[in-house]
Amino acid sequence: MYQFNYQKAGSADEAASAVSSAEDGRFLAGGMTLIPTLKQRLAQPSDLVDLADVNDLAGVSDGGDSITIGAMTRHVDVATSNVVQSKIPALASLADNIGDPQVRNRGTIGGSVANNDPAADYPAAVLALNATVITNQREITAEDFFDGMFTTALEDGELITAVRFPVPDKAGYAKFPNPASRYALVGVMVAQTGGETRVSVTGAGQDGVFRAAEIESALSGSWSADAAKGVKMSDDGLNADIHASAEYRAHLISVMASRAVDAAG
Amino acid sequence: MTDTGIGASVKRVEDQRFLTGNGNYTDDINRPDQSHAWILRSPHAHATLKSVDTSKAEAAEGVIAVLTGADMAADGVGGLPCGWQIHNKDGSPMLEPGHPPLAVDKVRYVGDQVAIVIAETRDAARDGAELIEVDYGVLDAVIDMDGALAGGSLVHDNVPNNRCFDWELGDKNGVDEAFSKADHVVSIDLVNNRLIPNAMEPRAAISEFDRSTGQYTLYTTTQNPHVIRLLMGAFVLQIPEHKLRVIAPDVGGGFGSKIFHYAEEAILTWAAGKVHRPIKWTAERSESFATDAHGRDHETHAELALDKDGAFLGLRVATKANVGAYLSTFGSSVPTYLYATLLAGVYTTPVIYAEVQTVFTNTVPVDAYRGAGRPECTYLLERLVNKAARELGIDPVEIRKKNMIQADQYPYQTPVALQYDCGDIPASFESALKAADYTGFEKRRAASEKDGKLRGIGISTYVEACGIAPSAVAGALGARAGLYESAQVRVHPTGSVTVFTGTHNHGQGHETTFAQLVSESFGIPIEHVEISHGDTDQVQFGMGTYGSRSLAVGGPAILNACNKVIDKAKKIAAHIMEADVSDIEFADGKFTVAGTDKEMAFGEISLAAYVPHNYPIEEIEPGLDENAFYDPLNFSFPGGAHICEVEVDPDTGTTEIVGFTAVDDVGRVVNPMIVAGQVHGGLAQGVGQAILEGCVYDDDGQLLTGSYMDYTMPRADNLPSFSVATQSVMGASNPLEVKGVGEVGAIGSPPAVVNAILDALAPLGVEDISMPTTSQKVWQAIQDSNVRQAAE
Ligand SMILES: Cc1cc2nc3c(=O)[nH]c(=O)nc-3n(C[C@H](O)[C@H](O)[C@H](O)COP(=O)(O)OP(=O)(O)OC[C@H]3O[C@@H](n4cnc5c(N)ncnc54)[C@H](O)[C@@H]3O)c2cc1C
Repeated sequence: MYQFNYQKAGSADEAASAVSSAEDGRFLAGGMTLIPTLKQRLAQPSDLVDLADVNDLAGVSDGGDSITIGAMTRHVDVATSNVVQSKIPALASLADNIGDPQVRNRGTIGGSVANNDPAADYPAAVLALNATVITNQREITAEDFFDGMFTTALEDGELITAVRFPVPDKAGYAKFPNPASRYALVGVMVAQTGGETRVSVTGAGQDGVFRAAEIESALSGSWSADAAKGVKMSDDGLNADIHASAEYRAHLISVMASRAVDAAG
Repeated sequence: MTDTGIGASVKRVEDQRFLTGNGNYTDDINRPDQSHAWILRSPHAHATLKSVDTSKAEAAEGVIAVLTGADMAADGVGGLPCGWQIHNKDGSPMLEPGHPPLAVDKVRYVGDQVAIVIAETRDAARDGAELIEVDYGVLDAVIDMDGALAGGSLVHDNVPNNRCFDWELGDKNGVDEAFSKADHVVSIDLVNNRLIPNAMEPRAAISEFDRSTGQYTLYTTTQNPHVIRLLMGAFVLQIPEHKLRVIAPDVGGGFGSKIFHYAEEAILTWAAGKVHRPIKWTAERSESFATDAHGRDHETHAELALDKDGAFLGLRVATKANVGAYLSTFGSSVPTYLYATLLAGVYTTPVIYAEVQTVFTNTVPVDAYRGAGRPECTYLLERLVNKAARELGIDPVEIRKKNMIQADQYPYQTPVALQYDCGDIPASFESALKAADYTGFEKRRAASEKDGKLRGIGISTYVEACGIAPSAVAGALGARAGLYESAQVRVHPTGSVTVFTGTHNHGQGHETTFAQLVSESFGIPIEHVEISHGDTDQVQFGMGTYGSRSLAVGGPAILNACNKVIDKAKKIAAHIMEADVSDIEFADGKFTVAGTDKEMAFGEISLAAYVPHNYPIEEIEPGLDENAFYDPLNFSFPGGAHICEVEVDPDTGTTEIVGFTAVDDVGRVVNPMIVAGQVHGGLAQGVGQAILEGCVYDDDGQLLTGSYMDYTMPRADNLPSFSVATQSVMGASNPLEVKGVGEVGAIGSPPAVVNAILDALAPLGVEDISMPTTSQKVWQAIQDSNVRQAAE
């Protein structure tokens, strides 16, 4: 690590202004992504502003036809929340499959969404469930929020305070893990909300999470695992690396979509 | 009798400190006035060092010194030596280009050492390293072996075609003749995938120099401290042994990767003599990936000649082995004498000929990794035999049985130098088939099919040579050292015992197993025995731990020293009990006089030895402290049968191991629980090699699998609940009758796994797949076979 200034914020406003007034300030949430980056000297922020003590950023609230999850809610708390489990079980099980217990005990939804790792799980849920990212300044729709790998609509110093998920009629998530990192090699979320079918894919796209229109239309016609599996995805714009060719990823998208439909019931 | 002797599943005494975080690893140690080092490493796989400007780094806050290859050369420091000389087919010795610890005019792999920065803190050292200005003249890198042999770019200017040596073993003409008479020839091309060892503890070292005595001390993460003292003292730094102490405290796993004398050990020790401060260095995990010697990395073409009934007539093998950028300590012996000498395997193949070319590439050195040569050999044989079975339409069980060495054929002289002393592979094979319910497989296959899964079963039968090694044999084959082991058994006045062993315990459980030998010998509880290892100032000498040698070679040394103690104790007992020595009997920790009720306890004799008031002083010396060196008569030859069962999901290519049976002959079992644990660990690594692990460099020599984000280590959920058993023929080449168990799991298992996957995929027309058989590869193999079949 390089030297940096560390401070703990007591409120969201304090955190946002501390980051904004620093030369190169960064929020610190669970640290599961940020700390390794610092240890490898891949980042050199002047200030870290720790959100750990900002209590009103954590927790799940039930809004009837939506649930709102505070940015500092840890993955384990999403996975075990009664509200999430009963209203959007797919989201609880997604959270339960992120990383390992240590990571789930530290990592937060806000950190994950802000980071927009192209292989992260939450972005798939945010997009397929048509969630809204709430910041200290505004509300941003899922469509507008994700902006390519590791890039989001967040401005410098803008703090995610929560993510609001409309409760779907049904939803399912299936993840094919990268064998080494266990991030998503391909993760597919399927959701039906008020007659709309949305299918999002994480892990596969060169520009991060995206919606699979072909599978959406197949599932709109017939909500079945076979319908999803029957779609032959193009490998245009998909990632290729030592773990999976673009062609293999394209194939896995249909297979994972069909498994997500099975999981959604 | 104690209940902690040979054959008891005594719980591992060392686990208390390991599991409670009380181990004492190198990085846990801090010396007074200690400084910290950061090693600047090459970001390029191949480049000249046009200039290295350290001035800004030297001026940086907290930096004590910055030293480079030029400084080392000016001090006349030697290169890192290779421990084994191999000869070419024409009799000339292998080419051994220099291996400077800090690069002098060229860097040869990503991670090669360029400079050491010594500072008050680790961060200051790292900051300093960022200020060093290196002007690299980037050269073309040679990464794959064919490219290297084509000789476009030379890793070492004086090594044409990057070929280190071109070696052969066996009877070329005899093999040609066998092939000319064969009814069938089955051939195969295989890659044995390159692996990154990944011990839990990264390498680390602390060096120190005492100006008042001229004594150097090096704490280091090694499997063999005396070997490091010998190699570094004698060949690299010219420090005589009495002025150099090497300490290997607790070491968190090695798997071979901590055998070798590494550059950092020499750099730190030399630097301590210059800065007169202790210096600590601990590798980051990414440094471990890039700079610990890797394992395997063979490409092989092999052909098996058979008669019309499937009997093996001859075997011809041509292997290219990657040694990386420099010859590491055992880099030359692993792909030769630890590999080709096993090519008879468990079979009666009458003639064998093997050629091995070793190739320099711009990658980190390749050296021994759990199994070292024998997994490469076993994988080749067991894939080839399966292919022969398929091509000839013979059951894979039958073809093995037909060609297997039978129990009454031991000792068995193979056509590739080794003489197997004893064994009974057919018996292990029979047991494994039964334990795996081989005959019930088709039913299970049908059940899997109903679930949309492809089920397969795969077999591997193997033998390996370990208990390394009879020194005279090893010497005749080019080893530059003896490979005996030593032990000192020191009985203290009150009858407790400290054993000093030259082997090293880094997770294998020696502190328990070895103590059981003493408990058995002296009839004392294991709590009265301490096993001391790892410090060259405490332990008389030793060759360390690798090649499954610790119990097979180190054990008899302990046993012999114990016997010397008993012999002497009997003389003391005879004197005190006023009897003839020949009438003294020793059992259950008591010395008795035959035919009388006189007895003395072990502790009473030891006390008499140190308080010699009533003592045969004219005949023997006081004290009870004995030494033994043991050099084995032969290697030992564990072997057995591994059977793997898999389910493949054709939609994703994912393989699940649903059953794994291992029946291994490891000779006498001292601690069954530890033996089972060793087999489990080896199997996990074998499954890792078969399905998950594979080192990838890109064409420029950048390591693409440089972290756990991309290098797949096996995890608990990748593994089934193993069914392991031992079925032993007592070892014939050492008095303990043990064979060795550290490596068998990793040696026997990879072909069982891959054969099972190929069996699962056979109905789809898939005939070949390479390790690691990742889900992507399995899926691709299915696609390719679909395309092929559609075209036909
Ligand atoms: C071993 C391991 C395995 C993992 N496996 C998975 C996996 O399978 N699937 C998966 O999806 N993820 C995985 N992760 C990532 C994990 O989910 C992290 O929790 C997540 O990526 C980052 O969350 P964090 O709270 O740790 O954020 P931090 O690391 O603290 O921060 C990450 C970034 O987000 C910014 N940030 C944090 N909070 C906010 C906020 N409220 N507003 C604005 N910006 C903010 C920070 O400034 C920083 O730039 C894994 C991580 C590890 C270490």
